Order: sequence, then structure tokens, then C-alpha cells
Amino acid sequence: MSDYLEKMDHVTDAADPAYGDTEIQNYTINFGPQHPAAHGVLRLVMELDGEIVERCDPHVGLLHRGTEKLIEYKTYMQALPYFDRLDYCSPLGMEHSYVLAVEKLLNLEVPLRAQYLRVFFAELTRICNHMLNLGSHVMDVGAMTPNLWLFEIREDCLNFFERASGARMHSAYFRPGGVHQDVPLKLLTDIADWLDTRLPRLFEDAMSLVVDNRIFKQRNVDISIVSKEDALKWGFSGPMLRGSGIAWDIRKAQPYDVYDRMDFDVPVGTAYDCYDRFMVRVEEVRQSARIMKQCLNEMPEGPIASFDRKVSPPKRGEMKRDMEALIHHFKLYTEGFHVPAGEVYVATESPKGEFGVYLVSDGSNKPYRCKIRPTAFSHLQAMDFMMKGHMLADTTAVLGAMDIVFGECDR
Amino acid sequence: MGHSAPKIVNPEGIAEEIGALLGSMLIETIDHADELTFVVARDDLANAMVALRDMAHYQQLMEIAGVDYPERPDRFEVAYHLLSVTRNHRVRVKVSTDEDTPVPTVTHLWPVAGWLEREVFDMYGVIFDGNTDLRRILTDYGFKGHPQRKDFPLTGYVELRYSEEDKRVVYEPVKLAQDFRSFDFMSPWEGAQYVLPGDEKAAAPAAPAAAPAAAPTPKATESKADTGAGDAANKKAEEKSADAPAKPAAETDEGKGAAKPEGKA
Repeated sequence: MSDYLEKMDHVTDAADPAYGDTEIQNYTINFGPQHPAAHGVLRLVMELDGEIVERCDPHVGLLHRGTEKLIEYKTYMQALPYFDRLDYCSPLGMEHSYVLAVEKLLNLEVPLRAQYLRVFFAELTRICNHMLNLGSHVMDVGAMTPNLWLFEIREDCLNFFERASGARMHSAYFRPGGVHQDVPLKLLTDIADWLDTRLPRLFEDAMSLVVDNRIFKQRNVDISIVSKEDALKWGFSGPMLRGSGIAWDIRKAQPYDVYDRMDFDVPVGTAYDCYDRFMVRVEEVRQSARIMKQCLNEMPEGPIASFDRKVSPPKRGEMKRDMEALIHHFKLYTEGFHVPAGEVYVATESPKGEFGVYLVSDGSNKPYRCKIRPTAFSHLQAMDFMMKGHMLADTTAVLGAMDIVFGECDR
Repeated sequence: MGHSAPKIVNPEGIAEEIGALLGSMLIETIDHADELTFVVARDDLANAMVALRDMAHYQQLMEIAGVDYPERPDRFEVAYHLLSVTRNHRVRVKVSTDEDTPVPTVTHLWPVAGWLEREVFDMYGVIFDGNTDLRRILTDYGFKGHPQRKDFPLTGYVELRYSEEDKRVVYEPVKLAQDFRSFDFMSPWEGAQYVLPGDEKAAAPAAPAAAPAAAPTPKATESKADTGAGDAANKKAEEKSADAPAKPAAETDEGKGAAKPEGKA
């Protein structure tokens, strides 16, 4: 050993450089497009200096399906199911923006029960989405069990969606003018029981494993701190913006449907790191449950869709008996309704952030232009500055805290 | 009561305030469906955005959307959606441009504009002057064309499949098993601007009427020529299999002679 060190000390010539003299080149690696922690088809081209990320260039668009182009060729009603398929982890959150945009152009009033049902199921969607995100975030940084427990809650949510709309994921439940059909009373009572018993038990159990866990904190605390100014400049929204300490929630600031009647708190981060973003989502789940309970308490009886038969089709039973209903039914399911010319930008607080729809109508039965504002697009763009100077292993924590789904990012 | 979309209250005199702020940069103010749109001159876009961000406190750029109006001289509209988290208000700023004229970038004001501009460039071909990273973003590597333009077909031009021979993905011109169907629900009596299916026959001259008279078709199938099967089928019918009984030569000759089409001449 001492021979070796002696030898090392004296070697200095350039042809045979000693330890520390060599110029180490940065190298570039591909993270994805097939990587379990990439949450879909993300390709990150990363320049690494050892294990430190120097530059990070996300390549997106691998799941681009031309949704916006397709919508231009569909009637307003036919365009709705495309929104389920954008962010397939929170389908009803996507539908919400679209139906509100169409209703705003039509200036259509929605019955109160339909508004309650929408808020109710939008919040169930938020819980469902956060179960997937929190679980996969935890799993990305090394823990297995909480994810399995959270998936149990998610499974319950999907069963509720199925009982309400007939589909587990792609519900197509919200419609311009209301919702597609009323929910059975038993479903509401079952969800009420679930909110009181199963959800808090499973969720708090899973969180008790994570939130004070030493390893989880080591992987998340002080990782990728984003200041308020940066969060605004990079177009952050939702839990990402709140995680950076800005108390901005569209449900509070620009309430839609019956959110103005709801009493809930908006959690904000204090350290602006990945751990804060995680904890903001954890608290949002509790607040969502709170909103859902209020909905159940206050939800009135009544119609679940607008009676404007030029927009909202009659029930099937009615259609079988009434000639006028038959004509309306036929016209609405072939031609669809015409929307007055104009343009609106409607953004709602989807589980992932501000999900906006910029709808341009030319007065026909098809949208002239439907620009979808995805949440993940702006968040992912900030990946470069959020990753700079972090370790390669932090990539998964940063990505997990962003909550990205590529159906929505790539459209 | 009206719609239940997000309630955004326009602050008192906001249109006048921003109008005064933008001054000569402003071309038009549109107030539609409670949403304010400011159309600004293309070259002044960056200055207008600085004023809106720093003086009027619209801190966030949420979205840049392109819209294509092929019938206009400046066919593309680029709409910027701004949000103020302190005033709780949204405005839209619009510029218009054509295929060749660049729009000044706003990436130096909001870094988020980088990808948003890339998307508009990818989808419409609008060029952003000053954006240093104007690559395609959503479409495939090596994609040609700008798919959101109204003259770009919904089906695109190329399709790809995995080729077993080449052991890679190959691109081919798009082949549709069924024609693209576009249903038109415009009422014919409410001013449809096209010829209804079938109406073109009324306008066309009666030229094809002479054609049937020239070739009288036989009403009965008396010889092989009358079957209408054509030369190839008649020749095939002549062929005899090896074990068939031989027929008198005269009959075969008659058949051969009749194979010449008389009626079709």
C-alpha cells in the first residue's frame, strides 16, 4: 500500500496522469421514454457531471394524439369524451373545464343539484388523483407499502365512478347543462359511509408511514426549492404554486358551480420544496373529503340537467312517449347544438393545477378551435431549472412532486 | 343567474386603465362574455406585455393559443392569457400574423413562454423572433407541416407501421380503408353554400343519353357471344379437360367463330 501511494505521489507527467489530473467529461444520458418513474412516456435528456444534473431537456409529445385537431371535427357533445382521455387519472376534472366553457358561451344555467353533483364528483376525482400521485411519489423514492394501501382507496373511488356513470375511468359524466344522469341514493349513502370510516382509516394509516419517515424526508426535504417569484414566472398552478407558498386556488378565488358555498381551507407550503408539494396534496385530500361531506349535507333534490331542450337531450323514457322529445333527441344526437360565436377561456382547479379550455366558436355545431391548457406542460418545462445542481436520484422525487400525466401534457 | 363558470369580476374601469396604459399600442378592446381582450400591434407586443406585467400586475402567463383563420390576410391569431393573482383577474392579449412575419418573443419576460411558443410554432408555423429554442415539441421527430392549420387534413399525410423486413418503423403515405366522412348538418333551406348531392345532375347537359342507343344488347342468350362474359371467359370455356369426351369438330369451330363479339362492335 505505501509503495502504491509513493508511486502515486511522484507520477506527474501528462502521458500518464495521476489521480485528480484527468479531465472528466460530462456525459449525457436518456431518462426514459420507458422508465417506471417517468410516469408515462417522458424522455429526459440529461447532462450529468458525475451524479449531478447539469442540464435537463425534457422531450415530450410521445403521446400526442391530436386531440385539439380531432375536437374541431366533432360536435360539442362528441368532443366531451376526449377530455376524459387527457388526464386519465382525473377524468372529471378535465370534463369540468370543458362543460363550463361551453355553458359560458351558451350562457346556460345549470340546476342546483347538478352543480352539487359536479362539485361532489370533482372532489372525488381529486381524492382519486391524489391517491395515485401520492402513492407513486412515495414509491419513486423507495417505499412500497403506502402505495398499495392508497391504491385500495383509489379502487373504491373508481367503483363509485362506475356506479354513478357506468365507467370506471372515462366517465363522460358531466355534460353541458348538467350531468348525464342522477345518482342512486344508495350510492350517496355509501360514499358518505366511506368518507366517515374507510377513507380516513386507510389514508391516515398510509400517511402515518410516510410523512414523518426519515428516509422519505431525506429524499424530499429541501429538494428543488422554487421561490414564489420563480413559481409565478414559470406559470405554475395548483399544488405546485401552493407548494411555493402562494395561496392561490381557483375554487376560492374564482369560484365555479357551488364552490362559493363550500367551506374549505387552502394549504400552502412554507419551505417550497418537494416535501411541501407532497404535504399540500395530503391536506387537499382531507379538504376534499370535507367538501364532499358538505355537498352531501346540502345537496337539494331536483333536476340534474338543464331543461333547455335545444342543448340538453330529454330522458330516454320521455323520448319514447313524446314526439317533440323524440325530435329533440334525434337532433341533439346527430347535429348537436349550435353555440353562439365568441371565445372564452375557462380555467378550473383540476387536481393537478389550472386546467384551462380556450374555446373559439363560429356559431356552428362544432368548435372552431379548442385549445387545451394542460397543467403539466408548464411544470415540466421548469424541470431544467428545478433539477439544476441536484443528484440524478432526485429526478424521481421532483417528477413525483410535479404530478405529471402525459395524456394531458401531450394531448 | 346564468352560467356557473368561474366568476371573474372585472375591476371597475379596468378596460380604461389598461387602454391608457397601452396607449398607441392598443388596436382594439373586445369585451365579450365578461372577458376582456386587448388586440395589440404585433411589433409592440413585448412592450405591451412589460406594461401589463409590471404596471398592471398580471404576473402570470398561463397560456399562448394559436388560432387559424385562413380567409384573413393575417391568418394566424396568437392569444396570450394573462392572470393576476393579486388582482384576481384574467385578460387576453391578441396579435395577428401570417406565415412569414415573426411575432416578438416574450420568453425574456416569462420563461414559461418558451414551450408555449414552441407549441404554437409546431402547430401553426408562427415564428417567434428572439426565441432561441424554437424546436418542434409535440409532433414526431422529423415531422413536416403544421397540423393545426385548417388546411392540414385531419388524417395527416403519413402513417407509420413496424416493418418486419426492415426491423424498424417505416413511414408510408396514409391509406384509408374508408373515406373520411364529414357530415354537414347545415339546413339546405337556410342558405347552405354548396351544391346538394344529386343537384349536380340537374345542371349537367344530357350528353350520356345518346350512349345506350349505339349498342343494342341482345335480349336472349342464344349463342355464347350473347352471354356478355367477354373474350377471356369464352376462351376459358373452350378449354377441355383431358378426360372430357371429344366433340365433333364442326361444333367447336362454330363456337370459336361466335366468340368474336358482334353486339359490342
